[in-house]
Amino acid sequence: MQMTITINGETYADLQAGMSVSVLLAHLGFPERKIAVECNREIVPKSSYGKTALQDGDVLEIITFIGGG
Amino acid sequence: MAASKDKLIIAGREFSSRLIIGTGKYETYAQNADALAASGAEIVTVAVRRVNLTNPDEPLLVDYIDPKKTVYLPNTAGCFTGEDAVRTLRLAREAGGWDLVKLEVLSDPKHLYPDMEETMRSAKLLIDEGFEVMVYCSDDPVFARKLEDLGCAAIMPLGAPIGSGLGIQNRVNIRLIVEQSSVPVIVDAGVGTASDATIAMELGCDGVLMNTAIAEAKHPIQMATAMKHAVIAGREAYLAGRMPRKKYADPSSPLAGLI
Repeated sequence: MQMTITINGETYADLQAGMSVSVLLAHLGFPERKIAVECNREIVPKSSYGKTALQDGDVLEIITFIGGG
Repeated sequence: MAASKDKLIIAGREFSSRLIIGTGKYETYAQNADALAASGAEIVTVAVRRVNLTNPDEPLLVDYIDPKKTVYLPNTAGCFTGEDAVRTLRLAREAGGWDLVKLEVLSDPKHLYPDMEETMRSAKLLIDEGFEVMVYCSDDPVFARKLEDLGCAAIMPLGAPIGSGLGIQNRVNIRLIVEQSSVPVIVDAGVGTASDATIAMELGCDGVLMNTAIAEAKHPIQMATAMKHAVIAGREAYLAGRMPRKKYADPSSPLAGLI
């Protein structure tokens, strides 16, 4: 079964429904240690990436640090 | 006081350098890292932003400035409400595990002055969540006192508008804030060149935070070195205690024994 989720404002269709945050990050190519993830405005703790199953319609934010003053 | 024992203490954490530098506006992260090394700073401000999904291999700041060696101070640049600030810093805390943060809630893009009402409200929300808040604020001693009373870890009044490089515009207010505060006072924004940083430190500030003055200098790494010395010079002069100002000349060579 496929699902559609929103990541950083972009729509991602055709993802495997129920995939974990860990699997998604690996799929996108991001190393877990350098980022943070929010799902539906709630922080997903790094320790929960493996057990957090994503659902159709979820809205994710994936952030990192950039230069700033 | 011996300089080696003169530490900056913020929320119980001890720092030898009183200079904090930003990481924005540099040509490359490599140049930023070199400027950091030259400045001797132990804290850098950083912004929290979405990753570039189209290029996961894009260089990241953490690849150049190691968060294990340099304290990252996540900011709330771009946030206009307390809720935005809390959301941003919760993400920062999750990404890096830090609770020491820089709160800035701005208003008009023309002057980037802090919205002090919203800054106060945001500071309270963050402190209630366990953050140690270093707060960018106007150079108004009344608001500075209120922010300290709320429990902010450091008061960071602007010297001049962000990125303007105009130097300390209101020395009287900065001095008043320094005198009344029992938490560190760090001039944040407005420094243009080394003497501006020295003046801030001579006024008794505990530190100086700057970004553009180094990043947009013709030679950023050389300017970073200059700023390191400027902050040390100002601090030492403040501790040494300047001579009184006099209305008339006072010869340095004795007049007695003239031939």
